[in-house]
Amino acid sequence: MSSSVIVRGSVASRANNLHGWAFCAPFIFFFLAFLVWPIIHGLIMSFTGQTLTGANSGFVGFANYAEAFSDPDMWSSLGNTLYFTVASTIPLVLVALAMAALVNMGLPAQWLWRLSFFAPFLLASTVVSLFFTWMYNPQLGLFNELLGFVGIGPIPWLNDPSVAMWTIVIATVWWTVGFNFLLYLAAMQNVPAQHYEAASLDGAGRWRQFFSITLPQLGPTTVLIVILQILASLKVFDQIYQITGGGPGGATRSIVQYVFETGFTGYRLGYSAAISFIFFALILLISIGQIFSNRNRSA
Amino acid sequence: MATITLENPVKPDLEEPRPENKKKVSPAIVIGTVVASLVAVLWLIPFAWAAITSLKRETEAAATPITFYPESGFTLDAFVSVLRAGNLPMWTWNSLITSAAITAVTLVISALCGYALSRIDFKGRRMLMTIVIGSIIIPPPVLIIPLFYQMLALNLIDTYWAIILPQVIHPAMVFVLKKFFDQIPRELEEAALMDGAGRIRIFVQIVLPLSRPIMAAVAIFVFIGAWNNFLWPFIATNESTLLTLPVGLQTIESAYGIQYAQNMASALLAAFPLIVVFLFFQRQIIKGVSTTGLAGT
Repeated sequence: MSSSVIVRGSVASRANNLHGWAFCAPFIFFFLAFLVWPIIHGLIMSFTGQTLTGANSGFVGFANYAEAFSDPDMWSSLGNTLYFTVASTIPLVLVALAMAALVNMGLPAQWLWRLSFFAPFLLASTVVSLFFTWMYNPQLGLFNELLGFVGIGPIPWLNDPSVAMWTIVIATVWWTVGFNFLLYLAAMQNVPAQHYEAASLDGAGRWRQFFSITLPQLGPTTVLIVILQILASLKVFDQIYQITGGGPGGATRSIVQYVFETGFTGYRLGYSAAISFIFFALILLISIGQIFSNRNRSA
Repeated sequence: MATITLENPVKPDLEEPRPENKKKVSPAIVIGTVVASLVAVLWLIPFAWAAITSLKRETEAAATPITFYPESGFTLDAFVSVLRAGNLPMWTWNSLITSAAITAVTLVISALCGYALSRIDFKGRRMLMTIVIGSIIIPPPVLIIPLFYQMLALNLIDTYWAIILPQVIHPAMVFVLKKFFDQIPRELEEAALMDGAGRIRIFVQIVLPLSRPIMAAVAIFVFIGAWNNFLWPFIATNESTLLTLPVGLQTIESAYGIQYAQNMASALLAAFPLIVVFLFFQRQIIKGVSTTGLAGT
């Protein structure tokens, strides 16, 4: 078997089978133990009355799912999550695009812009939440102080249900826009320079060049960034839990937080598992939709 | 998923400016620089305000009206109190240990599997590949309930193991590595195979040295993710001595109450390690995030 790559004899292929699975064995072990099994177990759990206290009313069929679909808190959490997803995805894509277009003009001190815009992304959610909770403080907060200078009355950032989600969106944009900015910047720097040279020979200005060359070239990148952002925003938990705790009155509670609370505060693991699978189904639908739209485009 | 369109895992260097941008300074560049500076200042406000607050005395931090330059002068009291309390260094240590372990294990198991998927023609390879890619879709929050139950059953809650084990599975990274290995010319390995070298030796002596950039990119991505992860370590640990930095920080507000200067000092101290790392490895981190980022989220 000195040339197992070339000779496709039975000895070689047997050795390949052995080597292939042996190389993958460590990954597969962790994969089965801490991904596949929990998913299966979670699915089983969602059909039972399992609780955190150990009591288990056994197999309950679709009762958990039926309850979830008639649970107003489930629907409001899902609604909040979708609202946050739309409200955060739009600025996170547009601001990132504007930042990247700006830096890609060929500004001096490239490292400075990347550092300033991207640095917040490296922070843990708790650090971001501490910063913003402090700035949103009703009496001592920087935001209301600064808004006061320009004559805008104090905004009840954390206590008004119609404002609270935007409070979260602002913190989120500051925190994570740098990531999309980097993806856009990398994509822009991949646009062949000849395109621009030809355009400037034709007398196209910077705006023209951006709208007729850069933007069309960024189409596939934009689709990717939007999809990834939607999937990331749907999973929102940290900053909401830390800044508003889901309040006021559940106005910012996300679906992941509702899963967390039914499981760990309400002790109802079975019900909580069922809600998490409803959430999973939603993610799956969006992912499958994306795969199909990809296929249609490349076909 | 998204990864499928990621044709070339190693992107051109971001540092290189476009040739046509080296022209003389135009008005557009001046305006652009001014606008970018304004945005950068806006983006620095949360850091600056945290820094100012952390350098005040507690009484002044909690006083109205707000002062931008403390009347009683700057002081390091808040930092001293936080460091003397000792929790923050301990949490930093916990984060360092667990993130390093997660990164090391992830790299080893993902690179081995990615190599096999790229190079070894074994039975079931396609199926395995499909399963690995498909599993990228699974959102981690779906796993928290059964994983917690599992860790409870294994008696691992409140141990480093509980934090580490579920975080070493990164199917997207297996895929990213496989794509990279695909690009390495096969001739190198075939020659070594002819000479009777074993698979492990070829992998370690030929493939790995050629794969440093992608290994670094994956390591950076996984490490930052593990260092900042909140939800799972928050569930997996309760014991104050075992908390990671992000989870520990969550407890300080209730512990210290309204100690605003200390809260901001803690937040800044927690932010410090990654910001320093970023300053030193800016190029690698940016490259790493833009190459693995699409795959990893």
